[in-house]
Amino acid sequence: MTDYGCRALAAVDRIANPWGARTPHAAGADWPVRVDEHTEREPERWVQSACVLCSNGCALDIGVAGGRIVGVRGREVDRVNHGRLGPKGLYGWQANNSPDRLTRPLVRRDGNLEETDWDTAMAAVVERARKLLDEKGSSAFGFYISGQLFLEDYYTLAVLARGGIGTNHLDGNTRLCTATAAASLKESFGCDGQPASFADVDHCDTLLHVGINIAETQTVTWSRMLDRLHGADRPRLVVIDPRSTPAAREADVHLAVRNGTNVAVLNALLRELIANGWVDQKWVDAHTVGFDALAKTVDGYTPEHAAEICGTAPDDIRAAAEILGTGERLLSVVLQGVYQSNQATAAACQVNNLNLLRGMIGKPGCGVLQMNGQPTAQNTRETGCNGDLPGFRNWQNPRHVAELAELWNVDPLAIPHYGPPTHAMQIFRYAEQGSISFLWIVATNPAVSLPELDRIRSILGQERLFLVVSDAFMTETAEFADVVFPAAIWGEKTGTFTNADRTVHLSEQAVEPPGEARPDREILLDFADGLGLQDRDGAPLLKWRTPEEVFEAWKQCSRGRPCDYTGITYEKLRGGSGIQWGGERLYEDAVFPTLPEECEDYGHELTTGVTLSAAEFKALDPAGRAILKSAPYVLPAEAPREDYPFLLNTGRSVYHFHTRTKTGRAPELVEAAPEVWVELSADEAGRLGLAEGDIAAVESPRGRIEAPVRITAIREGVVFVPFHYGYWDRDGGNDKDRAANELTITVWDPVSKQPIYKTAAVRVGPA
Amino acid sequence: MKLGPVVKRLHEAELDLAGDFRRIGERHAADHDVYHQTRTFATQCERHAERLRRIAERYGSDVPAEGDREGLWDSVLETVRRRSSALLGPRPESGLLLLRDLRVLYLAAQETLITWVIVDQGAQAGRDTELLEVVKGCHPETELQMKWALMHIKVTAPQALSS
Repeated sequence: MTDYGCRALAAVDRIANPWGARTPHAAGADWPVRVDEHTEREPERWVQSACVLCSNGCALDIGVAGGRIVGVRGREVDRVNHGRLGPKGLYGWQANNSPDRLTRPLVRRDGNLEETDWDTAMAAVVERARKLLDEKGSSAFGFYISGQLFLEDYYTLAVLARGGIGTNHLDGNTRLCTATAAASLKESFGCDGQPASFADVDHCDTLLHVGINIAETQTVTWSRMLDRLHGADRPRLVVIDPRSTPAAREADVHLAVRNGTNVAVLNALLRELIANGWVDQKWVDAHTVGFDALAKTVDGYTPEHAAEICGTAPDDIRAAAEILGTGERLLSVVLQGVYQSNQATAAACQVNNLNLLRGMIGKPGCGVLQMNGQPTAQNTRETGCNGDLPGFRNWQNPRHVAELAELWNVDPLAIPHYGPPTHAMQIFRYAEQGSISFLWIVATNPAVSLPELDRIRSILGQERLFLVVSDAFMTETAEFADVVFPAAIWGEKTGTFTNADRTVHLSEQAVEPPGEARPDREILLDFADGLGLQDRDGAPLLKWRTPEEVFEAWKQCSRGRPCDYTGITYEKLRGGSGIQWGGERLYEDAVFPTLPEECEDYGHELTTGVTLSAAEFKALDPAGRAILKSAPYVLPAEAPREDYPFLLNTGRSVYHFHTRTKTGRAPELVEAAPEVWVELSADEAGRLGLAEGDIAAVESPRGRIEAPVRITAIREGVVFVPFHYGYWDRDGGNDKDRAANELTITVWDPVSKQPIYKTAAVRVGPA
Repeated sequence: MKLGPVVKRLHEAELDLAGDFRRIGERHAADHDVYHQTRTFATQCERHAERLRRIAERYGSDVPAEGDREGLWDSVLETVRRRSSALLGPRPESGLLLLRDLRVLYLAAQETLITWVIVDQGAQAGRDTELLEVVKGCHPETELQMKWALMHIKVTAPQALSS
């Protein structure tokens, strides 16, 4: 009991200080090890895994006793975290043991979901799918999946959907978190793939954060940055963010821009680099195309002009530019403040451009981290579950499609490639329109996470839509399902996943799934068997059963592509550190995958999303050089106006992940952040007659929520609401007045198709 | 000088195209990307028209200002179209109707584009540097509008035709 008491004390501390004690290190020095651990009792054994509660992918061991998960411990040998874990990782595992796990399949009968056996539930799904395939064809099928599964689940689904059913409508909720990262990497470098590595934090002398509240989203990498910021030769830090985040408070220059104006401020920074001669012109001439067009585009963005658009001071822009222009090793980090905001891809590309103009990429401490949101988002992108063809293949390149057809032994025409793979927002539009009538949602919760929830609920609630949901819990989305499959999750199945810096980890099965819950890979294989999906020779299309067999099949798919996994095996992943595909950092030779036969995408015009053809791409003639893509600032789709005078910013809490399906079932995390809130500046709150803790009503043209007020140093004209809170854990009442996405607008970036969550117009007042 | 009437015609074409973008965008408000992008394009066309109006006046053509064409009737119509879009949104036929309307937009943008080419050639021959500046700014935007419509046709057609 004493032991338990000590650990409980430590738990309180890690809620109060999510980043733990400082272990400072200087440039080029090794980041010291610090092992974080939280267990509810002494484990009998430890099982190797990694954390799935953010894109950092910290390696950990799962402690098991009595057939249950009883705790976790960071893996000190791992390159990603050197033993550390954040609060979500330390406490989130308790969700596995939650008494309200789904343990039996459910089928809707007379309007109610009732428990049944696997055969009955799967037969219902197969029967409906077979009928639809015969009557309406493959375009009636949509799959909307997660950033939470393992590579082996994703690749199984990608082959099933793209090569078996032959639908183009397969996308992940990674569309909401990471699509812009992928899109900007494709635009700038020809192909997806994180250029830099977390280890670059140890080497940089300049850090640029654009729209990333990293202290809350990736606590462990923020610890690494804090250890540099509090160590010898502190790097200089520039933060662009409307909120006063922990990183902003550590910054040398904080540009608190109005939401939605990233392109304006970034164009001004680029212009300053050019105007002050801070461009590595020799490198730019040798390794990029598009400099003249970029220089022309940014020419009008003087600090004064940009400051007017962004609502910041011109001298602060100059000061930020000087830091970026005079540093020697620049590491730029980007997340949702860019990806989910106005002109997402254009802005993310301008960050790539800052590093390219400085010639600072592919060297220690130099590079870009276009961060991911979810732990396994990288694998949806790689395996073809996030609006790409598997292996970073180009849908416009017939040779790439033929490679897949050969690998899967199917007709190339069976793999849809007559247009870009359908993105999530379009999948929901097709479901709304009725042209998709079979939708399978795996491990995600669109009834809380997509914009404009009233619309989403009306789509999911349609009688004519056959909705299958695989999940571990009865989510707000599962409530709408016709069939619910209980899924095994992390710790209950074996598989691999890849974090935001390309580190592949193996996560071993530690315990048995509860009840009849099964891994998604197995559920999908059963479905494929039931449908009788075959290759060209009449053999089963999916030729694997075990996770390792899928991994080996995936390796063949990745062979020769930039995300080549062929050097990695389960055996190599056991025991030591996770392994990065592509090495520590990409583009060390300053050669980029922009040959037309090699690239993943021919790119887009950034303001309209118009796709470039092969001929247009070839005319650019990048031939191994990076592409400096640029765009002027464009107004957001919805601007504040008299009746809705505030800009709504939605985002994250350090204690919760996504819609709290897991973190809402971990007592420490619930206690730390039990309820939604709305952030206002002291001045605005005063004007509205609201004090700290008062209940405010926030309304947009699409919905209304109520939340207690938190007064913070947020910039004027902006209110912030965390998006985690839905309805499954609310006591009584059916009012839909808690989720931030009641308010958000249905609009998406023209290139990445990522929904824009950060520029809706709202009004605020006492409830 | 025959350039004036061509500029005037282009001015009209831009205003018509703006109207097409607005009308069709509102009808397909349930296709949110179409709705938002067409609104942006409509504003773009109106900007083009405004720049052309000043040039046309220099050539002696009398062109009404953009505001003259807007009226109460338009806003009534807009309300009607948005209502019908709400009704149409959940219907499977909305895909085919969108396809048809995108085709209209593509052809209208293409017609406008070719007029820009003619004006461009005329401006070069007439050494009208002011007009050439306008062409340089606007012509690529019209080209993008056309390519956008084409891209959406390609994306819309498979689902509209197979469902």
